[in-house]
Amino acid sequence: MAGVEEALLGALQGVESIPSSQAWATENGFENSVVEGVVRSLHGFGYVEAELVKKVRYVLTAEGKNYTMRGSPEVQVFEAVPAEGIAMADLKGKLDALVYDVGFKTAMKNKWIQNTKGTVSRKVEDVKDEVRNLLTGIQDGNAPEGNVVNDLKKRKLIETRNDTWFSLKKGPNYAPKRVKPETDLTRELLQSGEWLKREFKPYNFNALGQPTEGGHLHPLLKVRTQFRNIFLEMGFEEMPTNNFVESSFWNFDALFQPQQHPARDSHDTFFLKAPARTVELPEDYLERVKKTHEEGGYGSIGYGYDWKRDEAEKNLLRTHTTAVSSRMLYKLAQDGFKPKRYFSIDRVFRNEAVDRTHLAEFHQIEGLVCDRGLTLGDLIGVLNEFFARLGIKKLRFKPAYNPYTEPSMEIFSYHEGLKKWVEVGNSGMFRPEMLQPMGLPEDVSVIAWGLSLERPTMIMYGIDNIRDLFGHKVDLRLIKSNPICRLGMK
Amino acid sequence: MCCICAADEEFDELCFEFGIELDDVTTEKEVMRKEKHVEEEASADEEVIYKIDVPANRYDLLCLEGLAMALRVFLLKDPIPTFRVADVAKSSLQKMVVKPETSQIRPHIVCAVLRGVTFDEARYNSFIDLQDKLHQNLCRRRTLVAIGTHDLDTLEGPFTYEALSPADIKFVPLKQTKEFNGVELMEFYKSDMKLKKFLHIIESSPVYPVIYDSKRRVLSLPPIINGAHSAISLKTKNVFIECTATDLTKAKIVLNTMVTMFSQYSSPRFEVEPVEVVTADARSTLYPDLSLRTFEVDMAYVNRTIGTSLSAKEVAKLLNKMQLQTEMQSESKIRVSAPPTRSDVLHACDIAEDVAIAYGYNNIARTVPQSHTQGKQQPLNHFTDLIRAEVAMAGFTEVVTWILCSHEENFKMVNRKDDGNTAVIVGNPRSADFEVVRSSLLPGMLKTMGSNKDAPRPLKLFEVSDIVRLDSKKDVGATNSRHLAAVYSNLNSGFEVIHGLVDRLFEVVGIRPAEFDKATGKYSEDGYYITPSQEPEYFSGRQANIIYRGSCIGSFGIVNPEVMQRFDITDPCSAVEMNVEPFLQL
Repeated sequence: MAGVEEALLGALQGVESIPSSQAWATENGFENSVVEGVVRSLHGFGYVEAELVKKVRYVLTAEGKNYTMRGSPEVQVFEAVPAEGIAMADLKGKLDALVYDVGFKTAMKNKWIQNTKGTVSRKVEDVKDEVRNLLTGIQDGNAPEGNVVNDLKKRKLIETRNDTWFSLKKGPNYAPKRVKPETDLTRELLQSGEWLKREFKPYNFNALGQPTEGGHLHPLLKVRTQFRNIFLEMGFEEMPTNNFVESSFWNFDALFQPQQHPARDSHDTFFLKAPARTVELPEDYLERVKKTHEEGGYGSIGYGYDWKRDEAEKNLLRTHTTAVSSRMLYKLAQDGFKPKRYFSIDRVFRNEAVDRTHLAEFHQIEGLVCDRGLTLGDLIGVLNEFFARLGIKKLRFKPAYNPYTEPSMEIFSYHEGLKKWVEVGNSGMFRPEMLQPMGLPEDVSVIAWGLSLERPTMIMYGIDNIRDLFGHKVDLRLIKSNPICRLGMK
Repeated sequence: MCCICAADEEFDELCFEFGIELDDVTTEKEVMRKEKHVEEEASADEEVIYKIDVPANRYDLLCLEGLAMALRVFLLKDPIPTFRVADVAKSSLQKMVVKPETSQIRPHIVCAVLRGVTFDEARYNSFIDLQDKLHQNLCRRRTLVAIGTHDLDTLEGPFTYEALSPADIKFVPLKQTKEFNGVELMEFYKSDMKLKKFLHIIESSPVYPVIYDSKRRVLSLPPIINGAHSAISLKTKNVFIECTATDLTKAKIVLNTMVTMFSQYSSPRFEVEPVEVVTADARSTLYPDLSLRTFEVDMAYVNRTIGTSLSAKEVAKLLNKMQLQTEMQSESKIRVSAPPTRSDVLHACDIAEDVAIAYGYNNIARTVPQSHTQGKQQPLNHFTDLIRAEVAMAGFTEVVTWILCSHEENFKMVNRKDDGNTAVIVGNPRSADFEVVRSSLLPGMLKTMGSNKDAPRPLKLFEVSDIVRLDSKKDVGATNSRHLAAVYSNLNSGFEVIHGLVDRLFEVVGIRPAEFDKATGKYSEDGYYITPSQEPEYFSGRQANIIYRGSCIGSFGIVNPEVMQRFDITDPCSAVEMNVEPFLQL
């Protein structure tokens, strides 16, 4: 290739044009197809200007070639007829069958011979073999003219051939030697200094770059990280939530949730066959919890029912991380009260029907502040601070009911897209009937709130089926192609 | 609806402020149209239905009567109603005598009478509807309490509450014309969609609870069905209400709710006639108990809880909006009386909440807690995040799989047998998907691979999360462990890729490979090494245990083709699972 290219550019240097690339290829002993490839490439880069030329040419068929040597069949027939004439059968025997057939008819048509009752005789003295001359001429490259061509084609003595080639001139970028543009700056180019002399191929800025190769973190956990950071920045300490199995005692009873409460029904909670029960519970605390449920105390009238240890011992998969909060607050009371801010983000379980937005397990985000003399105003203030960090500025609060908080508030934020208030979380102050039996000082209050991790994540990433995000039917493309989570940057 | 004459938006605002939720404004025909997917214009005369969610502890808001009363008092349109127990001479009291046998099945009963009631269709429907709603929630589907209402004029006291052998109880139940005995009745209602859910409450008992009048006419067979004889109708004037129960406190709340809500249709209004209940030990009690429960409330407590500085007078005014009567004790103390409709009030904190609601949650000044605390992460979670980042940097993509799985996935599908000492087993799973708490991460990872057959190869996934195993040393009998699992799948198994990840993990936690001592044939104590293993989930000869400080903390290998097949994985794959908690404390 390189040799052809160089020879062709060299050949053009001294001349105005090369009329036929094909002829040039033949003259210089190159394959025509190779030359054509080089011409196209040089044309593309403007080294040459190539014009495609199409031409029709005639070649002899095998039969036609034969007649250039032996003469046309009509002449062969004529010459086989002696002056005295010849019997038809004898004439036939002297000649090739094809020659006889074609030649006899044509000689008769030309009125060179005649047939008198089976005897063939000459009608003229002498004939000229024009067909042979024409064929010889065509063979030598002369273009036949007019009707002759059609006659010869009809007699299948010649055929047409379409020839194409390029006629070549110097192009606008002509140079006697081609300089190929570089696609990249390589070490070799740098070290040789060639980079200064070389041309660089234009880059296709419309194409995407090469995909990166690293792994990816899951979007749900990216959002978790941001929530964790927000809590940490606000001075909250993380609670140990790595205990999915919990007793009804810590999950419900310690929270002053009565034993007949609907949430303690088997169609809301996963109870366990193994391990079925918790046998080790803090006995004196348990007594205080029992008494508070049954007859109250600490200013409460209680629920007035028979509290059963059996119910409290039943194991379950925790229905909220508040089970951990109750353990932490109890521990805080035992270790000696100090102001605390706690948070956790972890899995909770509900034995509820699953659909596009609900699973039997999800992540609960929980925050709480435990201090002397906290007020509902403090809760509203903390919630405003927390949600402002999520970029949510407009909050309002609706009275609600929750068995272990009083007062309780549902948190609503104004959704600009939906043009309405939507619930974003739940909050409240833990009841004295929950805190006092733990042994916390009387003036200590706890303000707390919770929300799910999945819902904000789904809204943030525009996911409408939770299974695309969470579980084995996950959409891996979604995990790989989601943007960073900017929560907490506002 | 009649009582609330406000535009929907304004009503919605009111609901929000009061703490109930206007869920939907629709009509009965609209609901039907939606169910049948019919598109047609609503006609103007359709009765509008307001669907409202109320707090679960406010039984008084379960019917329109109570809801309207609460909102009208809240808006200062009506005074707080005062419910009275009629003054009836002891001799003319209706009497209910409890037989000792009832203690075997349903020991408590409380009763009351509403006199001079005027029903119309709407009031009657609301009366029935309230019973259904109470039965559903507070009565825990009739297990704790069951309500029976009767036309008193068809009956003659004194009444007896008994417990008899099912075969001995014979009566015509409500909506039937034929007489049944207790046994037949149970059989009969097994095919009744509504009632069959309640049969279990007494079915296996040798005696069934039953209420008779003095003429041995059956009022009801609680908690299943009333008798046809005493059925109430639109014409009923005098209503006898009985609540049988296993929980006396709740029975009293249910009775109080029924009588207070509907005493506004009786004459005199808000008056209830008491019934004397004589228990088996001959103690006599009058029901209902409509006495007010009083709380001495300190203003300092209220203000300290809400974050306000309200005077006792202001607080009293706010509480009146919430149907709570007040009496000034001093500048700093008021006596608050909760009416029988407000059984949710247990403590002064409930009163403080009512003050806050009436004051307006959104009018409370925002403050922030002042004490200084330090942010702190759980070391295990902090460490987990660092490891997750390292594994992702090593080219693996994170997944979050479910902790609950089927028993088969956790065991059989990975060639493991349940020895009964490993996994936490759910007692009441809704479906096979929630039978077991995973005792390893691998099945979830393999499930994810099987569900992502079309994802481009190589597939490299990981998860760092908790598994749970039975542990008798823990108070609850089970313990979480933080595990790491990673899988690789391609045209080839990628065993060396997974092996490389294991080495990289040890590298990032700063643990070097153990030295092998040829003389003793042992590895040094400080590092890690891998040793050929025989784990059933992996392919024989292409698997290893990971040994760190002398104990096995995990294993890796080419996944056993049988296991792959069960998870519908078509390309070869390798996996690793290991406990990362040993690296936390180095």
